[in-house]
Amino acid sequence: MSQTQFAVKPARPWKLTIRSLIPDILGALFTVFGSLAIVAVTPLKGKLGFALVLITLAIITATTVSWLRKDRKAAMNSRTTVLVYIAAAFVIIPLTSILYEVVRLGTAGFSLRIFTEDMSVTASETDLSEGGLLHAVIGTAYIVFFATVLSTPIGVLTALYIVEVKGRFAGLVRFFVQAMSGVPSIVAGLFIFAFWMIQMGNAYSGIAGAFALTVLMIPTVARTSEEVLKLIPQDLREAGLALGATQWRTVATVVIPAAKSGLVTAIILGIARVVGETAPLLVTIGGADAVNLNPLDGNMSAFPMYVWKNLLIGSPNAISRAWLGLFVLMVLVLIFFAMARYFSSARRRSA
Amino acid sequence: MSNQDNPATTNDREESMSQVTGSQASNTKDRNANSRPISSHSLADVANARLSKVGTPNISSTGLEARGIHAWFGSKHVLEDISLDFFTGTVTALIGPSGCGKSTFIRILNRMHEFIPTAALAGQVILDGKDVYDSGVDVTKIRLKVGMVFQKPNPFPSMTIKENVLSGLKLAQLKIENADELLESCLRRAGLWDEVKDRLNEYGGALSGGQQQRLCIARSLAVNPQVLLMDEPCSALDPGSTLRIEETIRELSATMSIVIVTHNMQQAARVSDYTGFFLSDGGPGRLIESGSTNDIFTNPKEKRTEDYVSGRFG
Ligand SMILES: Nc1ncnc2c1ncn2[C@@H]1O[C@H](COP(=O)(O)OP(=O)(O)OP(=O)(O)O)[C@@H](O)[C@H]1O
Ligand SMILES: [Mg+2]
Repeated sequence: MSQTQFAVKPARPWKLTIRSLIPDILGALFTVFGSLAIVAVTPLKGKLGFALVLITLAIITATTVSWLRKDRKAAMNSRTTVLVYIAAAFVIIPLTSILYEVVRLGTAGFSLRIFTEDMSVTASETDLSEGGLLHAVIGTAYIVFFATVLSTPIGVLTALYIVEVKGRFAGLVRFFVQAMSGVPSIVAGLFIFAFWMIQMGNAYSGIAGAFALTVLMIPTVARTSEEVLKLIPQDLREAGLALGATQWRTVATVVIPAAKSGLVTAIILGIARVVGETAPLLVTIGGADAVNLNPLDGNMSAFPMYVWKNLLIGSPNAISRAWLGLFVLMVLVLIFFAMARYFSSARRRSA
Repeated sequence: MSNQDNPATTNDREESMSQVTGSQASNTKDRNANSRPISSHSLADVANARLSKVGTPNISSTGLEARGIHAWFGSKHVLEDISLDFFTGTVTALIGPSGCGKSTFIRILNRMHEFIPTAALAGQVILDGKDVYDSGVDVTKIRLKVGMVFQKPNPFPSMTIKENVLSGLKLAQLKIENADELLESCLRRAGLWDEVKDRLNEYGGALSGGQQQRLCIARSLAVNPQVLLMDEPCSALDPGSTLRIEETIRELSATMSIVIVTHNMQQAARVSDYTGFFLSDGGPGRLIESGSTNDIFTNPKEKRTEDYVSGRFG
């Protein structure tokens, strides 16, 4: 008895073996070489021709192989599988090629020095060994920070009103939030420009940009939070209320903690929505080449602004700076989101 | 359905025998003579056994009293004129077929009914001499005194076992001197202490279903309620956990009044002192009969009660 027990090893009998994969591998090879051959002998030329032939041939081959080996049902299954893979490729290929381009062109002038210098004494046309984008880092940090600080409470409270309070105007509020999420970003910028700057007489500043981005961020945060809060089971609310809590107490101690990671996602999506916005910043922050540490006053720069400005200048070095700006923004956003995810999902070890 | 151990057999036998003898009581005696396995005692036996073990409950005070309760959802009348007393120190079982309004009724007792937007109500629920639906009554205080355990275990997912047990204090904003002592006593009374004493800082969701349900019981005990409402607390549990919870109910009933909804007749017979039988004949649910559990299961006054407890319908 004990001997047999020692002999037993964990196995994965459902795993495919090389042998059973042979027909699939042959089919794949046939597809690739077949496509090459067809492109060589027919007028279909170029990458596009190859892609078209490859897709068609892949579907035909997969279907035929399955039909011959098994039956019609298996053939239909294989065909759908291939279609799904192709669809996935259509999404992944452009995305990776964008990433590849940004990394390829953006890393060219990269050095840690760019985080310590701005462009106040450097012209865009000069070699990338001079100048930096500290002013853009600071500007974007200020603007996104204030936009987040303003829109998170408003967005989450709006969602709480719709889902928890279910007040008389919940439907109306929901409608306005949806309508707001359709507002073109330039309109948000012009709204702040007309109201905060022209009407109230304020000049370009970081905070004006933050206001414009807040207008754009609120609907994203509110709608995502609403979906997240709706997912919290009614049971939990009832359990909280049945323990003698007020509604607000239940929301604060039960509902929000249960929805915490979802709410963090809502905020992240909101930031993602606005961090690359250019148009509303064009009319609110004014742009600058020097570091401006005062978010309340004076022209401010930001990453999208920096990229846009350098692209407009158009000289090779300026365009390289634009790519560099894109690359750094991408990396910073990635680091920030990864950190937000990590801290929101890290469960406490002890209480 | 009426018998947890071997429902089909017991019901079939009971039915076929009562067809022969024509009487419920006599067939009970026949079956005792037949030296049947202990696990499938008739309900009357179970109720009797309980009575002899715990003695007649002391019905000195009416902790909670429902007077002429009617309930509606929209225009649908679901409960009609229910009056029922719940005595301190006793367990009352509510039985009846699905949809007859048992859950609605117990949710009325701690004012959870009002969370359903279409709900309406008539009648009074008297707790300590005052109607809990009087204007000016602090609902949260009522729910502190009348605790509730739900059908599905619902520990708070963001809290550890310890935090779950003590969550009532936080939710109701109560101050307490010795939280650890309370934690242990609640978990002990819910019969969970030994299983979780080394993992108090794990999340409640990491427990098994039965343990989660006992955690929910412990959670409702922490705020020291006078009345505990339990809506089919064992419906998702295995026999072992069920027995564990029944023991818990028995221990708790010494100090509080417990109302338990159950579809398990054996359970009603095992744990309760009083039983109320609800039935709806297409219209609103009514309280057909109520009385001591022993009476309901041995000689019910109503034919419909007898039919239901003997498993002939419902
Ligand atoms: N939220 C609601 N809205 C409308 N009708 C409801 C609602 N909840 C319950 N009802 C109706 O009220 C009646 C009583 O329901 P209730 O849940 O109290 O039954 P029950 O006796 O607890 O049944 P079960 O044994 O299946 O739990 C049913 O006819 C049900 O359809
Ligand atoms: Mg129910």
